[in-house]
Amino acid sequence: MVPVPFRIAKVIREIPGVYTWHLKSLDGKPFVYRPGQFNMVYQFGVGEIPVSISGDCREPDTLVHTIRAVGPVTNAMQQLRAGAVVGIRGPFGRPWPIDEVVGSDLIFVTSTIGLAPLRGLIHEVLHRREDFGKVVVCYGTRGIDDIMYEADLHRWRARFDMHVHLTVHSAPSGYRGRVGGVVAAIRAAQVDWPSAQAFVCRSETLTRQAVDTLAGLGVTKDRVWVTLERNMQCAIGLCGHCQIGPTFVCKDGPVYRYDQIEPLYSVREF
Amino acid sequence: MVHIVDLEETLAHHPFAQGMDPEALRTITGCASNAVYHPGEYIFRDGDPADNFYLIRHGLVALEIHVPQGPPIVVETLEAGDIFGWSWLLPPYRWSNDARASDQVRLLKLDGACLRGKMENDRSLGYEIYKRFVPIMARRLAGNRMRIVELATEPAVHSRQKG
Repeated sequence: MVPVPFRIAKVIREIPGVYTWHLKSLDGKPFVYRPGQFNMVYQFGVGEIPVSISGDCREPDTLVHTIRAVGPVTNAMQQLRAGAVVGIRGPFGRPWPIDEVVGSDLIFVTSTIGLAPLRGLIHEVLHRREDFGKVVVCYGTRGIDDIMYEADLHRWRARFDMHVHLTVHSAPSGYRGRVGGVVAAIRAAQVDWPSAQAFVCRSETLTRQAVDTLAGLGVTKDRVWVTLERNMQCAIGLCGHCQIGPTFVCKDGPVYRYDQIEPLYSVREF
Repeated sequence: MVHIVDLEETLAHHPFAQGMDPEALRTITGCASNAVYHPGEYIFRDGDPADNFYLIRHGLVALEIHVPQGPPIVVETLEAGDIFGWSWLLPPYRWSNDARASDQVRLLKLDGACLRGKMENDRSLGYEIYKRFVPIMARRLAGNRMRIVELATEPAVHSRQKG
């Protein structure tokens, strides 16, 4: 429960208001975690927030967090430069079920900063590429200047063993790429829909839209995996801040199989 | 031996015509022609008479909105298997956006003015057409609502601010 000090080794400005930290522990110990897990990140004297881990779990000497500046703590964190020290508690939560989807085609559906919680999983899938069928990333964003992890997307798109479908909401005339919602990118994917496994990371309203689209193509809801964001404080299922109905997101999640939490998506004010 | 695919067969293979009554298919074929557009070429422009609709066989089509005192903005792209243009169904039969070929585009061009007349005289044909257009319109409307949600809930970036 006590934060461990980590030094910010590098800051990457992804898009305005979104930044990535590469962190090194002060004691030099590797940080072992699984893709999909999160940490509580503490700026001393300011506050603590839950952040999913976005790095490659096979590089445990570097902890990677991508943060969007949306509130007092994340805005204060945005001012920190390389060399600053923050506290880390974690890793917490249930990871993506990578071993359960071995042998299947995989489709990742996400938009803007939603790629952050999936990035580590995509890295791990590519490390174990021979374990899976087709690998398709469907990524949507606002415009051609809002593309997160653009270097990763270029690298992934250049591989011969995976596909990346990118879509933007609008673009300047003459743009030759796909324009529209993420749904258009999903429809462009060519996977074995009756057996494919989908990983969706979007806001909750948009998750339902993605799940409905996938269902229309043949992906049953027991083959869709989502990650939830909630107000997590203790991160060990004691304080109750992240409780939704019977589940504590920090402990039982943040990764869920969609069919197991679908009813919660339709409850207002949750 | 060269296999020449006739228009009816081409139309029948497009998702738009799947399951269509054969008689309706024959009538629609009578209003169809092939069309090819080169990259950057306009298929139609905002304000022009809307007397056609299009089924995409190959290529990417950009729907653009003209912005006064600025360059047009692409708001959607459509690809093989998609259909575009429904202003021919609704008075005053004028296009409300531009459509432009993003790359080499092959289309089936349907003469909407011709079909409007036939639909007036044959309500079952009109029903066949509307049965195909309404779900597409509904899907695009729902998709655009979701895009509003997305734009309202995700961070805005201006190109000049990047970096």
